[in-house]
Amino acid sequence: MTLELDAVSRVVGGETHIDAVSLRLEPGSFNVLLGLTLAGKTTLMRLMAGLDKPSSGRVRMNGVDVTDVPVRKRNVAMVYQQFINYPSLTVYDNIASPLRLAGLSKAEIDRRVRAEAERLHIDHLLDRLPGELSGGQQQRTAIARALVRDAELVLLDEPLVNLDYKLREELRADMRELFARRRAVVVYATTDPREALALGGNTAVLHQGRLLQYGPTLEVYHRPASTEVAYVFADPPMNTVDGTLTGPAIELDDGTRLPSAPHLSGLAAGRYRFGIRPSHLSVRRLSPAQAEVPATVEIAEINGSETYLHVRHNGSAWVIQQEGILDFELGATVTVYLDPARLFAFDRQGRLLAAPTPPPPLPDLRA
Amino acid sequence: MDDKPINQKAWFLVLPVVVTVAFSAVVPLMTVVNYSVQDIFDPHTRYFVGTEWFEQILHDSRLHGALVRQFVFSLSVLLIEIPLGIGIALTMPRRGRWVSVCLVLLALPLLVPWNVVGTIWQIFARPDIGLLGRAVNALGIPYNYTGDPTDAWVTVLVMDVWHWTSLVVLLCYAGLQAIPDAFYQAARIDGASRWAVFRYIELPKLRGVLMIAILLRFMDSFMIYAEPFVLTGGGPGSATTFLSQLLTTMAVGQFDLGPAAAFSLIYFLIILLFSYVFYTALTHLGRGANR
Repeated sequence: MTLELDAVSRVVGGETHIDAVSLRLEPGSFNVLLGLTLAGKTTLMRLMAGLDKPSSGRVRMNGVDVTDVPVRKRNVAMVYQQFINYPSLTVYDNIASPLRLAGLSKAEIDRRVRAEAERLHIDHLLDRLPGELSGGQQQRTAIARALVRDAELVLLDEPLVNLDYKLREELRADMRELFARRRAVVVYATTDPREALALGGNTAVLHQGRLLQYGPTLEVYHRPASTEVAYVFADPPMNTVDGTLTGPAIELDDGTRLPSAPHLSGLAAGRYRFGIRPSHLSVRRLSPAQAEVPATVEIAEINGSETYLHVRHNGSAWVIQQEGILDFELGATVTVYLDPARLFAFDRQGRLLAAPTPPPPLPDLRA
Repeated sequence: MDDKPINQKAWFLVLPVVVTVAFSAVVPLMTVVNYSVQDIFDPHTRYFVGTEWFEQILHDSRLHGALVRQFVFSLSVLLIEIPLGIGIALTMPRRGRWVSVCLVLLALPLLVPWNVVGTIWQIFARPDIGLLGRAVNALGIPYNYTGDPTDAWVTVLVMDVWHWTSLVVLLCYAGLQAIPDAFYQAARIDGASRWAVFRYIELPKLRGVLMIAILLRFMDSFMIYAEPFVLTGGGPGSATTFLSQLLTTMAVGQFDLGPAAAFSLIYFLIILLFSYVFYTALTHLGRGANR
């Protein structure tokens, strides 16, 4: 099924929650809806499902206008942040419930419930009640219930948020496999850029009710259309600093002077906003092309096996993402190495003008 | 064994609770136990009588009558107030300015002192000047709660429903409000009927509050005293004499302290037993449904 949103808006009490979003999602596609909290992800999903009606604009499924069709007449399934199951029914009956409402035969229901439970690795829990399961198992039950009836549109609203770290990783790993070979349009909302990258597919970046960019996930990541996209689709967010490009050299407003890079050669001399990802800054020299910036350490936070180093240099703040767990003294001076070839250039309105060439894809080792 | 000196300080920390419970519950209860096994004339003249008072009271036909009446009454109260309370809670608005209006209206009966409730209904239901009494008679139904045992009984029941259904409504309403919206959305997407939403989402989610409502209403109605005392005085005859009123008549009216003490203990044990039975039954019904 193809889902098409045509300039869909939703205004509640004079406040615009969704602002003229146009989007076309193809059958069998996996789409990540990425945005910060309150970006309008849930509202947009409710509009897609038909739980709410848009204030203006049309929703089409397979080219048919379904804007006024109520949700129960559409073939939609949804999974929520909370683990939504019928509390007094067993896992089996929970998964079977949409099929029973659809009036399928007992044998067919049994076959499909068991197949779906097996795919979600909960086939040994079919006799249990939701209250007796772990969070991960409850959410697997809810996902099985959503998938069992082969809905044409599957909406997942931050389904992993309420899970513990390990369970989240496990279920996320299973996620792509679950949706492979389905004809359904899958929409997966998340606030986490890393989740978007891990899930792949396409990504739509939503910010303050507006759709900023839609495209293959890696393409959106490598070529963020604006500083806003770069901000939403990166954790820690991209460092930005204003500066002047003068032919062979760049002078950033904090006084740093850098040589220009080949991918910036198409730009005219003038004022730009430059961006660089925290992972492309380093406190160790990695290549001779890197420029040096002296900076003062403000905070060092350890995140997993990485260290996020917050530094300041002449009024501009930078975050450096450094492999390994490193110990820095606060207030110490460090030299930050920066490769001009990794700079993004945006115009004064924040639109992308030049992006660094992404690294060549690794050979596919899965085969 | 470790060789550390055993620290006894913890006992001092529990002491306030022990003292409070002793004075509020155990000591008064022991006084009653004391009276129930002795025949006491004055502080210096008392005889141990063993189980005599218990035997006497268990063979008392007034107790049998009151016990049956009490059970029928409490059962009726539960059968009417619980479904009615759930029903009203379901029809109440979930948000908006009508919520506070509804809540205040519902809370009103709960704010009226119990004996005043009796007085209100005594006047309200009077066949000569009461609004309800005159209205019912005007409809051609002969009604006089002061003379007819059935009328008196029904009046007490209706009065209790008026007084206490609000409590069940408020509990259920709070329970319903606690159900995340996503459950209703999920049901809508599933295409579940209104009945299915009630049966498989709302009712299981209300299990906890319903248990509290049933226990409270059972215990309270089983101990009902002030309202029928003011309304009918237990009459006509003994049609509306419930356990606590019979007990009071025995202890205060006739000063039969021994039998009254035995009666109190039996009464207490009945309430304890039934509360336990309800609690256990409800806990096992729909186990694991509290998430």
